Amino acid sequence: MKLPITMTVNGETWPLDVEPNDVLLDVIRTRVGAKGAKIGCERGDCGTCTVLFDGRSIRSCLMLAVEADGHEIITVEGIPENGVLSNLQDLFISHNSFQCGFCAPGIVLGAHELLRDNPNPSRHDVQHALAGNLCRCTGYEPIIDAVLAAAEEARS
Amino acid sequence: MTITRRPFETDAAAEELAFVGKSPARIDGLEKVSGAARYVDDFDFGPDLLFAEIVESPHAHALIKRIDTAKAEAVPGVVKVVTGADFPFGFGLYMKDRYVFAQHRVRFVGEQVAAVVARDEGAAKRAAKLVEVEYEVLKPVFDPVFAATDDAPLLHPDLADYPHVPWFFPHEGTNIAHWRKTRKGDVEEGFAEADLVLEDTYEVPRYAHCAIEPHVVVSLYDRAGRLTMWSASQSPYTQRHVIAEALAPLGLTHQQIRVITPYVGGGFGGKAGVSMEIMGAALATAVQGHPVKLRFSREQEFYNTYQRQGLKARIKVGVKSDGTILAVEHTMHWDAGAYVEYGANVVNAAGLSASGPYRVPNIKIDALCVYTNLPPGGPYRGFGYSEFNFGLESHMDRIARRLGMDPVAFRRKNAIVEGDTLAYGEKMNPSGLLECIDKVAAAIDWGTKETSDDRHKVVGKGFALMWKAPAMPPNASSSSFLKFNEDGSINVTVSGMELGQGYLTVMAQIVAEVLSVPPEKIRIETPDTDRNPYEWQTVASHVTWGCGQAVEAAAIEAREKIFEVVHRVHGFEEDSLFLRNEAVHCATDPDFELPLRDFVIAGLETDDGSYRGGPIVGSGMFMPEFTSARSDPETSQGGHPNVHYTVGAAGVVLEIDRQTGKMHIRKTALAVDAGKAINPDLVIGQIVGGLVQGLATVLYEDMRWGEDGRLLNPTFTDYKIPTSLDIPEEIVAIIVEVPQPDGPFGARGVGEHTMIPAAPMIANAVEDALGIRITSMPVTAEKVALSLWEGEA
Ligand code: FES
Ligand code: FES
Repeated sequence: MKLPITMTVNGETWPLDVEPNDVLLDVIRTRVGAKGAKIGCERGDCGTCTVLFDGRSIRSCLMLAVEADGHEIITVEGIPENGVLSNLQDLFISHNSFQCGFCAPGIVLGAHELLRDNPNPSRHDVQHALAGNLCRCTGYEPIIDAVLAAAEEARS
Repeated sequence: MTITRRPFETDAAAEELAFVGKSPARIDGLEKVSGAARYVDDFDFGPDLLFAEIVESPHAHALIKRIDTAKAEAVPGVVKVVTGADFPFGFGLYMKDRYVFAQHRVRFVGEQVAAVVARDEGAAKRAAKLVEVEYEVLKPVFDPVFAATDDAPLLHPDLADYPHVPWFFPHEGTNIAHWRKTRKGDVEEGFAEADLVLEDTYEVPRYAHCAIEPHVVVSLYDRAGRLTMWSASQSPYTQRHVIAEALAPLGLTHQQIRVITPYVGGGFGGKAGVSMEIMGAALATAVQGHPVKLRFSREQEFYNTYQRQGLKARIKVGVKSDGTILAVEHTMHWDAGAYVEYGANVVNAAGLSASGPYRVPNIKIDALCVYTNLPPGGPYRGFGYSEFNFGLESHMDRIARRLGMDPVAFRRKNAIVEGDTLAYGEKMNPSGLLECIDKVAAAIDWGTKETSDDRHKVVGKGFALMWKAPAMPPNASSSSFLKFNEDGSINVTVSGMELGQGYLTVMAQIVAEVLSVPPEKIRIETPDTDRNPYEWQTVASHVTWGCGQAVEAAAIEAREKIFEVVHRVHGFEEDSLFLRNEAVHCATDPDFELPLRDFVIAGLETDDGSYRGGPIVGSGMFMPEFTSARSDPETSQGGHPNVHYTVGAAGVVLEIDRQTGKMHIRKTALAVDAGKAINPDLVIGQIVGGLVQGLATVLYEDMRWGEDGRLLNPTFTDYKIPTSLDIPEEIVAIIVEVPQPDGPFGARGVGEHTMIPAAPMIANAVEDALGIRITSMPVTAEKVALSLWEGEA
């Protein structure tokens, strides 16, 4: 039995018919085509599937697509404004923050949320905010440095 | 056209390097932060994409009596069910001891017995559960020391028939798949002359790579009989080769197989060689015309891909009272798992080098690769060295303390230097080990005691050395094609993989240096075996060194073509020409400046209106022609198995809560001799990332097994890897540069090395702080606290 839902993904409206047990992550990836959200564990442990759901970061592998009916989703593809990367993204590039990059979309979103809610984060605040996004490559240091640099640039 | 490789010395001396040794931002950074980077699972394959699910053994050791697929075949949406009978083909990288699907016998919990291909993932999963397999359960064996005895159940009765590389020595009728023996001098004499002999055993469990991207492969056996695979892999060409060999009975040849490897979400050795991809290839042939996707779940990622092998090591070291090491005896029983087609080479590498970065006159190393009923062991960042270094560097620390010597002074006294004789008879390469030791000691204020304001906490310092050589076949080679574009930008094809280490950027910097074109104008393309030239594998920390030489050669060839055409049209002698800022200049005519973009495609116009030149391309190849794996099987003397060693040192300031055992890293420093850091910031990235990965293996990661051989913690909930909260307070990354004479600009690899010293330095810091010695990994808070309580009881 298919259920009709309508969600907004990166500003575009998507009317879709979904199964009641369709997982939001799969629908975002295979029906909407926003591949920035990645499959890493499918049980809420790794954070690669992070999306902003009405502005809050959630793990889309733990949510059903039907729950997104009427809601607004932002994936990493929706972070640039008018095609221009956010300053945070630029700083991730200049800090060589990512290696394999598989964790990057989730971390971009998590860090974006943090800076929006807390323009003045401490190092520990950044570590805490990103603790649900696993990165096996970097040891996190260059990621944290870039987030703190972004906060500082926004303040000045 | 001849290719002249200018030796490193003249490169460095002649002029300031413009791009090498600088830290431009990664050329793949934009793709990765914008979500543009595509990994295998991100490609769409259209409505006829099928999904595969495998049927796994619930037993660690059993015979397969009967398989009934009827119920599975009846599930709506199921297209095909296959079993071992459909693909009775062996495969393997260094030893062909593995099968696409189990043949008659299963040897670990999770081993693939059959597979279902269906139109959707749900149907495939449901049907896989309905495949009925009847087993006759056999006695399993998990302990490698027992498994090596004659009393153990025999896991591979056909061991003697498995084809293998000539440097493996299987012991027929036992579970010993390979036994590397290295003998130098006479250890018994050394022990007899020693003032102190210390002997103990050390245990290292298995570890999981935990790349965040799971293994995934999409395979299409098209209606023209070509097999194309999109694979999350470190080894596109090796996959093509191993699969071509294994599936040759189906008529597949190298030419008919194409492996495409886009970005990969981390490897760490886990995506080297061929593991689950062989099933993807086989399944595609069963559903010709349809692409079929096989993606491992996180759980499968833990229990049915390569794991880092477990190790039980017995170490005996003899020293004189002045601290001179006289003899090292190192006997290693490797828990290599059910199949050792790759893992036996890990054992081999350790067997050549387990005396560590020391000058040791008498050495006896026995490295036994032992079959057990756990999942196949294999390559993992460090390739055997992380494993044996825990025991060795713990042991060296203990020896120093017993002698009443400072552990750093002891290491400094015995540290191997250029020209020293290695365990297998060759000479040590140039090395900055002493500089690494001194810089790390300074960074952590070695020799100064630190305290805590909290009366429950104590602080200790730990130190460890490391070394590692690439473990490669003697003919492991690399190659590269280079072409210019109309705007003077460059595309380079190679088949090394960007695993995250920054390979693409480093290759671009090498080309940039030779051709004076900035890295951002150079595109290095990810592999496609139809188009990109050959590369053995992206493993062994060898691509900067090996593929870097191929890429440098391609750039030099292109440069020589440029100079030749300029000579033909403008008359300048070729050796007076040089490149600077994307233009050709001439030493004898300072006014001459010819931008590359003006002619690298279009050619140069002559007086009569005709043109000279043509699209500038270059190609390069590299093979370490000086290596050889041929040596005496009883001593390992006589060959030249390793190209060179990269060395380093690390230290830690560790705060420990005496009540809970909880450990906090105040500071850690690691120095590695990169030869030449082509991109220092990327080397620092390897130091920080590798150290954090290594620290996790010693502080908390641990694969836990049930008595039936089942992995008890195959999730990130139960197998903890570091989060952003679990990192050291301070990491000091130190780059030492003693050039590698044959490396590109003097560079050698550093990727794996940075995790190798982490484990022993923690164990050493624990002893420094508390006086207790933990000889089994991981050194958890629980173990520390329990040892303290036992000591007090
Ligand atoms: S895939 Fe959602 S948390 Fe890992
Ligand atoms: S960069 Fe590889 S997982 Fe974060």
